[in-house]
This record gives sequence, C-alpha cells and structure tokens, in this order.
Amino acid sequence: MTIFGIPAQALFGQLLIGLINGAFYAMLSLGLSVIFGLLNIINFAHGAQYMMGAFVAYFALQWAGLGYWPSLLIAPVVVGLFGVVLERTMLKRLYHLDHLYGLLLTFGVALVVQGLFRNEFGSSGLPYAAPSQLSGGYNLGFMFLPTYRGWVVVFSLVVCLGTWYVIERTKLGAYLRAATENPTLVQAFGINVPRMITLTYGFGVGLAALAGVLAAPIYQVNPLMGADLIIVVFAVVVIGGLGSIMGSIVTGFGLGVVEGFTKVFYPEASNTVIFVIMALVLLVRPSGLFGRTT
Amino acid sequence: MIATRILVLATALLAAAAPVHAQISDGVIKIGIMNDQSGTYSDITGPGSTLAARLAVEDFGAAKKGMKVEIVVADHQNKPDVGSGIARQWFDAEKVDVIVDVPTSSVALAINQITRDKGKAFLVSGAAASDLTGKACSPNTIHWTYDTWALANGTGSAVVKTGGDTWFFLTADYAFGHALERDTEAVVLKSGGKVVGKVRHPFPTADFSSFLLQAQASKAKIIGLANAGADTINAIKQGADFGIVRGGQQFAGLLVFISDVHALSLERAQGLVLTEAFYWDLNDRTRAWSKRFGGQHHGAMPTMVQAGVYSAVLHYLKAVEALKSDDGTKVIAKMKEMPTDDPLFGKGTVRADGRKLHPMYLFEVKKPAESKGPWDYYKVRATIPAEQAFRPVDQGDCPLVKK
Repeated sequence: MTIFGIPAQALFGQLLIGLINGAFYAMLSLGLSVIFGLLNIINFAHGAQYMMGAFVAYFALQWAGLGYWPSLLIAPVVVGLFGVVLERTMLKRLYHLDHLYGLLLTFGVALVVQGLFRNEFGSSGLPYAAPSQLSGGYNLGFMFLPTYRGWVVVFSLVVCLGTWYVIERTKLGAYLRAATENPTLVQAFGINVPRMITLTYGFGVGLAALAGVLAAPIYQVNPLMGADLIIVVFAVVVIGGLGSIMGSIVTGFGLGVVEGFTKVFYPEASNTVIFVIMALVLLVRPSGLFGRTT
Repeated sequence: MIATRILVLATALLAAAAPVHAQISDGVIKIGIMNDQSGTYSDITGPGSTLAARLAVEDFGAAKKGMKVEIVVADHQNKPDVGSGIARQWFDAEKVDVIVDVPTSSVALAINQITRDKGKAFLVSGAAASDLTGKACSPNTIHWTYDTWALANGTGSAVVKTGGDTWFFLTADYAFGHALERDTEAVVLKSGGKVVGKVRHPFPTADFSSFLLQAQASKAKIIGLANAGADTINAIKQGADFGIVRGGQQFAGLLVFISDVHALSLERAQGLVLTEAFYWDLNDRTRAWSKRFGGQHHGAMPTMVQAGVYSAVLHYLKAVEALKSDDGTKVIAKMKEMPTDDPLFGKGTVRADGRKLHPMYLFEVKKPAESKGPWDYYKVRATIPAEQAFRPVDQGDCPLVKK
C-alpha cells in the first residue's frame, strides 16, 4: 500500500518519529505555558535551562557516578533551584512591568549561561549513553524502534497529562489559577502567593531540565542544544495559544508529527514548516488554536 | 494579545540575530579571522583558528622584523548575509587586508566575490566547496586546506573499492553539502558504484531519525554523510540507536574532523574511514606544534582547518615581506609564485587556480583498545600524494587557467 507515493510502512515510521520529537516540543512548551499562565513571564531562558538539565545529568554521572535514573530527579531539582534563585533575585521585580522586560532579562540570562557552557565545553557536545535497561530496540515490522525513544514518548505523555491534571483539576491548581486572576484576594485567604509563584517558576524550569535529561542520550549533551530548539518551541507555544496547558501539549505532539511528515515529502522545508503554520494560525486565530481571547 | 505579538517579534529577531564584533584599524597588516565562533562549526574552526593565526604571526617573527601585524576576529554565524556585511565593513572601513578561514561554503563563496571586487586577499581554510577553485575561482583567493573533490576522491573511492557500491546521501542543504554530494557521486559512478537515493536536510539539524529511516529503507550499503560538525556527529550517533550498522549498512563520513571523533568517542566512531589534510600525530614537527596549540586551547588538538589557518597566515606574511606590499591581488600572485614550507604541511605549492597542494591522508579511526589516550584516534591507511589529492587543474572550469 502506498500513500502519496510513499509506502504506508514508511509513513508509520515517520508518524512515530514525529511523536518522539513532539514529546520534546510538548514538554518544553508546557513549561513555558505554565510559567506564562501563572507568572506572565515569557521565559526565554527555557532553552538554556533545558540544556542545563542535560548537563546536570552529565555531571552527576562524571563526578558522582549517578546514572540516568537518579538524574531524572536530581536535574529538575537542581535546575529548578536555579530557577527559584533567579525568580527571587531578579524576575519578581519585573511582574508589574511590561512583558518585554521579563523577556529581555530571561533572554540575557540564556545568552550568559549558554556562553559560559560553550566556552567551557565547546560546541561538539559530550556523549551520554542511554541506561542499559533502555538500550537496544524493537523491530516493529515497519521500523526499528529504539527502546529509549519509545520510553521518551510514554514518559513525557505521563508528565504532560500529570501537569495538566494538577493545574486544571486539583485544589492546588485552583489556588494557582485563582492567584493569577486576583493575587490580593487569594492572599487575603491566607495563602502565601509569592511563595506559590516562586515554586511555580521552579516547577516550570524543572520541566525544562527534565526534558533535557530525556534528550541527553538522544542528542549529544551540547551547550547549544537549547538555543536550537527554543525558537521552534516558541513557535509551538504561539500556535497553541500562550498560557493554554492542554493547547501546548496537543500542539507540541501535533507539530512534531507535521514536521516529521515534512521530512519525507519535502525535507528542505522541515525547519521552516512550523513557522509557516505559525504565520497562518496567527492570521486566522491571533490568540492561537487553544488561546483565550482576552 | 500583546504578549503573543512580542513573542512573535522576539522569535523573529532571535532567528536573525545581529552580528557582534568590530575592532578599530590603523592600517598596517590587518588579518581578519572570520568563522563560526559560537555555533555548529566553532570547535572545528572558531577560537582555535584565531589561536593558530596568532601562533603563525609569532613564529613568523613579525615584531622582530619591524612589521606590524594585527588580528581581528568576527563571527559570521554561518550566514552569508552576516558574513558579507562583516567583510564589506572590514575592507571598506577597517582596512583589513586579508580574510582568513571562513568555514561554511555559502559564506565563503559570497566573500570570495567581495574580496575580488575590492582587490583584497582571501585565504580559505574552513570552507570545502571545490567551486572556489573551479567556476568561482578568483585571482584574490587561495583555497588552502582541503576541498570537496579531495574528500570525495579520498573517502569515496576507498569505500567503493572495499565493496560499498550502493550509496544513499544525507546531504546538508546548502552550497557545501551540494558540492560534496556532487563530487562524491561522480567518484562513486566512476568507480562503478550506484547512487540509489538522497535526502537534503536543513542545516543545522539536531534530529536525524526521519532521514535515517529513509536511508534504511533505501537498502543502500553505504550511507554517505555529506555534512559536517555537529550534523555528522548526530547522524552517526542516532544511526547507532536505529541499528543502521547492525542492519548491515555502513556510514561514510565524507567530512569528519578530529573534534567530531573526540565528541563521538572511539566507541561510536571506530572503524570510520575519513580523509584529512592534517593529523597532529604525523611527525615530530606536527606533534610539537600541536602540543603548543593544545596548551593554549583546553588541551584540544588542532583540526586540519586550524592547522591550515596557521600555514596560510605564515605563507601570507612571507609573501608580504618579500613583496613589501599588502596589495591583495599582488600578494596572492606572490603566494602562488613562492613555494610553501611550514612545520605542519611540509613543502607545497599554490596552483594558478588558487588550489594549495599538499598530500592528503586516508585515516581509519582506531578501536578503543588501540588508542593510548585522548586524541590518539587515527591510523594512516594511505597517503595520497599532492598531485593526486586534488582535482586536476584542467578539470575545474576555472577561467584563470583557460588560455
């Protein structure tokens, strides 16, 4: 069977690969959405924090002998703490100002962090092996699926849906959403709003770091890994609608698939297709596919 | 939504970030090192090339000879528009006499033309497209270290000879990738091989899985990587994940640098056959120089591009000294007239079409057990003598050599 001149089997393979890339888009755009939705900060340091997550995993292995599994916990915590410090010392001074200030600050932080890492570790990247439990792969008939990549899709789906559930369906999530609507009122009920916001930023940053750990065995641990990805992820966020949790998850996976198919039908356009879609979506729905019009 | 609008704008700005550079000139011999200081190719060229140029000025003994030499550096970010902008500013406003290095063939081809228009000098070490001494050859340009024809001739024919007769190309979608693919395809066909497919991937690409699946489906024996730097590293690394080699297919890295092998680790890179113009462990002179280089460069050994920058700058300064002028066109002519000699490439010549001639080497990456430590990566499989290593002068369609 062939579809548009491509064997159906090849298309299934590309669909699956699209989902793998989509998993990274989804996790990163989710973190951005959580941060923007609750803090009103456009976190341009997200790519750098994703890269830091991968590097923490690398350091943990090199210096402390801690492998992949502990790193899944350590990296988000360490990088999340970095985020907390950043929020406490700098970002919190910007909440009452225009979005542009937060954007400039986080962009500057990203440049500094990336520059420091690049200066120390170069641009070729450092190798990081997948854990032995997840090495090898399965022959699915239509393609050879490396076990690790299957794991990435499943794990990131769980993380994304978990995050969505906490924010949209639990009491804690309700506090968070209420605090963004009217912080003064929520504070009057005895809830420590500034601390909640700090922790939310830390959580969003932690998500980026977690994606970084997931990415480490697939790509090299590379100081530039975030800089390359973040531009695409921002386009994903714009398409999905800023601040929409479910929107960023669905758009992330969806665009991964679209990009995957582009690589088959017209590979030359695969790095621009997302921006074309972004332009089209903005023309038709300026607040994004899932965004609320405010 | 205002935030969305800001974000779109910022994303667009980021995608086209402006160059950061600029130094002030006061005449004398001003050497402009232009390359990728921060991106995909910065380990291959980058600050290492700047260091190599400094060492050349030092070894030439410019200060003792009373010549004032100044080095300026710029990051072209692998973008032809950025590179052209810097080149014009350097030539017009900052009195730069010679531009050196310039990886990324699309940028190099643009600067090749600008240098010619301005009558300055251009010494290419980083870029690969053999067009620089072919259709686009110029009396103001010397192509120093290697080119796509030499790579194809070295690696391509070696691979076909050992049975790799069906090829699938993964090609970086810009001037360099196209040139490397074209030159390799010619060698494959000439040696009796066949090209069963090709895919052009955006430059740079982090995720190769999609392209690797297409290569796998092609059933070609050899997957030819017509790309470089981080792209090559990612393709080989991810190819291992997808069981490319276990499935009986082989990678042919058409342009692999020692920094790539270092990043891949011998575990993944072992057995790769590759063509380079330089390796630090060739003889006493290359070892001594490379140790000195590494001492000032995080212990990393020089790539052939960085070694080429040293050799080119040294020869340039010798020509300027002999000529007592830094007029671009005249210096390049002088450089072609004088034989070259330096510790890294030995004795050589520069041909009328601007091609610098020296031997090329076919290396094989060692197995982890064969390596004595970091950077001990290659064994020499064959030395390709200078007269066979590069495209014969009459086959390049260079207008400079047509009578």
